[in-house]
Amino acid sequence: MANPTPTLPTPTSAYGASSRAWSWRRTLSPTGNMGDAVFRALLFGSAFVLLLIFGAMIAAIASNSVPSMRAFGFGFLTGQVWSPIRGEFGALPFIYGTVMSSLIALVISVPLSLGVAVFLVEQAPRRLARPVTFLVELLAAIPSVVFGLWGIFVLAPFLREHVQPPLANWFGWLPLFQGTVTGIGLLTGGIILAIMITPIISAVVRDVLAAVPMSQREAALALGATKWETTRVVLANGGPGIAGAIILGLGRAIGETMAVTMLIGNRPQISLSLFEPSYTIASVLANEFTEASDELYLSALIQLGLILFLVTFVINAVARVLVWSVTRGTSGTARA
Amino acid sequence: MIHLRKTSRATTALLLTGVVSLALACSPARDGATTTSSGAATGGVVRLQGAGATFPNPLYQKWLSEYGKTNANAQIDYQSVGSGAGIKQIQEQTIDFGGTDKPMNDEELKKAPGELLHIPTVLGAVVVTYNLQGVTETLSFSPDVLTDIFLGKITKWNDARIKADNATINLPDAPITVVHRSDGSGTTAVFTDYLSKVSPEWKEKVSTGVSVSWPTGQGGKGNEGVTAQVKAQPNTIGYVELAYAEQNKLPIARLKNKAGQFVTPTLDAVTAAAAESLAATPEDMRVSITDAAGASAYPIASYTYILVYKDQKDAAKGKALVDFLWWAVHDGERYTKDLLYAPLPAEVVRRVETKLNSVTSGGKALRSAQ
Repeated sequence: MANPTPTLPTPTSAYGASSRAWSWRRTLSPTGNMGDAVFRALLFGSAFVLLLIFGAMIAAIASNSVPSMRAFGFGFLTGQVWSPIRGEFGALPFIYGTVMSSLIALVISVPLSLGVAVFLVEQAPRRLARPVTFLVELLAAIPSVVFGLWGIFVLAPFLREHVQPPLANWFGWLPLFQGTVTGIGLLTGGIILAIMITPIISAVVRDVLAAVPMSQREAALALGATKWETTRVVLANGGPGIAGAIILGLGRAIGETMAVTMLIGNRPQISLSLFEPSYTIASVLANEFTEASDELYLSALIQLGLILFLVTFVINAVARVLVWSVTRGTSGTARA
Repeated sequence: MIHLRKTSRATTALLLTGVVSLALACSPARDGATTTSSGAATGGVVRLQGAGATFPNPLYQKWLSEYGKTNANAQIDYQSVGSGAGIKQIQEQTIDFGGTDKPMNDEELKKAPGELLHIPTVLGAVVVTYNLQGVTETLSFSPDVLTDIFLGKITKWNDARIKADNATINLPDAPITVVHRSDGSGTTAVFTDYLSKVSPEWKEKVSTGVSVSWPTGQGGKGNEGVTAQVKAQPNTIGYVELAYAEQNKLPIARLKNKAGQFVTPTLDAVTAAAAESLAATPEDMRVSITDAAGASAYPIASYTYILVYKDQKDAAKGKALVDFLWWAVHDGERYTKDLLYAPLPAEVVRRVETKLNSVTSGGKALRSAQ
């Protein structure tokens, strides 16, 4: 291990191979161990490959979006018409559909996931917790096209017959629940997304809650807190981790393609009604990419991909800032 | 310790090789495609690569497997990647033949480095399907009624104009939900081409194309998506390929043709549409046969084509290609009806023969060179 720095230049050469002045091997492995050097190089390589792929993707997407950026400029983001035949492309309906469907998914999924996770960690007897955990994880592994098929033949008719009519009856005065009830539309797309992201969020939240030290619960109970109050303490402790879990679920919701395409109705429009068909960025890419032959059309689609990337990036950044602002100064909290 | 180091070195070497080969594999795929397609005629086996339209794919695969049984020296492949991709790839010469449902326009032809021939292979039709609970009779539509439904101007099933075509049927007082294709598709191109022909308003507002901006309704991905959405929702109307509708036992509407007859889309009615349009069909076969004249013609029919260069670079490959296409439009046509495609009329087969005879390589005709 000892690598004594020579106090005198060696007789052969001061800059030869044996020089201690600089060598890449020593840079990679300050301890001078060859195995460590290789290990470091491997790790560095893995990280670098990831960075390279990321960079290459951004570069390709950005450079291919240039024709569309030139043609439409900022108007691409605010345009509401999507007409490949006339060469008119506006992204707003797709951005709206993506954000709204993900929002619906979160509104439904977050309380549900928290409920599942809290039940599994705090309440369920071990005999029940095990199989339920297994089932939740199994749900996360179902391919999205299966969710789509189930959605179209089971969920959509169920919503059309038993959920949407009462919603229209009681809350029809809200613009959210007006319009023709068909079963296919923004609401159905959002609900299928909620079902798809619930296993992810609840699995991560379960791990986060399990990581909260038992002493916290014991302290709360010792102070005479009820089960509910103890759970609140545990949830507060796992705050950042829970936020991380929600971001993870949101990421999946925004990028989900197949199931949403099958249920959202694929209509580029901005309508306040949740019953009306809508369209997401991922869906329009999946739908129109294969037959987009002219350059501007293709470029507009690629620019939509770029926007999807930016939307994801912004949401992630905002969420991280939120987490950071909540956890500033606290330490020892459980993270995802 | 020494042993462990050796293994890690070996692993590194292995991993580095993996990364390098991965990087090499990621270099533009086009180079790979050209090398494989230009490296033909090795050991007497000719390899041909085709790609394009998805609509005729089941038939083409059947043709290729049948043709391969008797012609082992020609290995032909067809990938169903869509008409748009087929046109693009034949322009870039990364494939030996392309497949498309819509004829290439002049601009697209100009982008190709040589003269491209449109070889019609078979005919298809787009049918109107619906889901009306309690209605078992076959519905009939006039062109103007159909257009106004898809324009969103007729919104109820018991509208007086729908009733006028279906006097004996008890139509429900329910809103109409239109279901159209959401993905870019030749099926949409044919359907919108028909609506543009029968309605100036459609032509002006929506026009013709593989993806259009629909005035009303919801979109489904692929024939299967539209079918699922029509089946799962009552009071819907949509359009799918004839073969798909038949296989899935969907209700299929009768349409009123140019001669004023209500026609059921049978394979014979589709072939009739091509035969009746021959007088107006140009020499290069780039034609739309929707809204065809003739009492027996079904109005939403179309050709599907294979695209080949008139001047083939490689004589052996060119010969294998024209021989296969010759076989396809003669012997191959007997497989069409089983797979629910309409065969070409005899006159069109004659025109295809002329076209195939005109394919050359190095100035020599390939068909007569046997």
